[in-house]
Amino acid sequence: MKSYVSFFRIQLTAGLQYRAAALAGISTQFAWGFMEILLFSAFYRADPNAFPMNFSDLSSYIWLQQGLLALTASWFIDTNILNTITSGNLAYELCRPINLYHMWIIKNMASRISKAVLRCFPIFIIAAMLPAPYRLSFSPNLFTFFIFLFSLLLGFLLINAYSMLVYILTFYTLSPVGVRIIWLAASEFLTGALIPIPFFPESMQTVLKFLPFAAMQNLPFRIYSGDIAGTEMINSLILQIVWTIVLLLCGSVWTNRMLKKAVIQGG
Amino acid sequence: MKLYLKYISIHLRCAMQYKASFFLTLIGQVLTSFTAFLSMYYLFERFSSIEGFTFSQVLLCFAVILLSFSLSECFARGFDLFPNMIGNGEFDRILIRPKNEIFQILASKMEFTRLGRVIQAICIFCYAIPHSEVIWTFDKILTLIFMIIGGFLVFSGIFILYAVLCFFTLEGLEFMNILTNGAMEYGKYPFSIYGKQILKFLTYIVPLALVQYYPFLYLIGHSQNHFYIFLPLIASLFLIPCFLLWKFGVKHYQSTGS
Repeated sequence: MKSYVSFFRIQLTAGLQYRAAALAGISTQFAWGFMEILLFSAFYRADPNAFPMNFSDLSSYIWLQQGLLALTASWFIDTNILNTITSGNLAYELCRPINLYHMWIIKNMASRISKAVLRCFPIFIIAAMLPAPYRLSFSPNLFTFFIFLFSLLLGFLLINAYSMLVYILTFYTLSPVGVRIIWLAASEFLTGALIPIPFFPESMQTVLKFLPFAAMQNLPFRIYSGDIAGTEMINSLILQIVWTIVLLLCGSVWTNRMLKKAVIQGG
Repeated sequence: MKLYLKYISIHLRCAMQYKASFFLTLIGQVLTSFTAFLSMYYLFERFSSIEGFTFSQVLLCFAVILLSFSLSECFARGFDLFPNMIGNGEFDRILIRPKNEIFQILASKMEFTRLGRVIQAICIFCYAIPHSEVIWTFDKILTLIFMIIGGFLVFSGIFILYAVLCFFTLEGLEFMNILTNGAMEYGKYPFSIYGKQILKFLTYIVPLALVQYYPFLYLIGHSQNHFYIFLPLIASLFLIPCFLLWKFGVKHYQSTGS
């Protein structure tokens, strides 16, 4: 356990070094969020009745998404880990007396957290000061906020478990780009990163609700503003827990199987 | 020009060495822009129009921006990867060769997988052109062609600007993303929907609206001003300050050593 903590800390401090990059990242994210809100407000003006959620809820959704991008984006992949597989450095990793899956998932989490910590607070503070329907509003009550934090934590675990599957996939293909682009493009769309899930057609929504993608960012962000509440919230939370456990187990078992026949690349 | 064609053929053969990876990436590119298309479709299914533009009209806009951006990403890729070129000393080698450095950078990197998006853009055109209710007279076709060429040139200018910044700093260049990928992403819709301030910025500072919005108004018949046909050509003048800045940057370039 202690060794995992230190892996976490090393990766975290390494990530925190890039402050200038973070500043640029903040302004980029802010501009993206801003444009996104302008786009949706144009759609809102076109037909307010067709809007599937409150506009202020959508604004909160977008700001949370931009601020926590590094935590919840499905396309975020640690290239160091990928390079380990393709360059053959995996051999060194295997010499260590610790579980590879655990080590990688810890590393992956730490690099996501280090990116998010530097970026989220400035974005949240500025976003909270914007005029009314466009700003990041606060949760309706403290209880909702705690449920949001809980769900965010689960979603974070889930997305990391999901990223691990991408790394394991690289064992098979080795070509780092092709398959990954296809896989990530599809998941980005299905998690609701392009347009929030309530904007999908009804039939798609009913299917998506049961897939793990909806639990990654859609669920916590919508719990935050109270868009999902009551029994629907409880059911989705249970589903989120189930998916997290399933994906973690799958990844762990698959890695151990994989390592039995893994071929070390390079020299 | 002959030399450039030779470079193209080398890059093509090079990409063909890894056929499986090349085609998978190509499909990936198509899929990425396809999900963008699908999101747009869902939004229009729900709202039916935006600021008076219909789905097929906005698709024309989308296709123009997608096509010009991907072409420019494919051929001006060298500028996009310029930080690496400075980092590994490749640019120093370029400077000592007896050929124009811009030519060499353009020729040194080409990203043919971006053609996946070009294919996608052409597919969207095939759908949007018959459905957009535009009567395709000579002037409209001319406008469309000017829009694509103008877009290609302006995006290339932005890539050059990005490279110029690399002469002075390698840190924090992520914000240029707003002008490249961001412009592609949000340029799918006519720029006017983002409000007056953004439209002004994109008219006078980075002339993307001259390529996309104004000629687009003429194209779909919202405006009868013939002057709008030629705006993309005026927008291409954006390349001149980019080029001057580039010259300035090269003059002040200090090698990174090693």
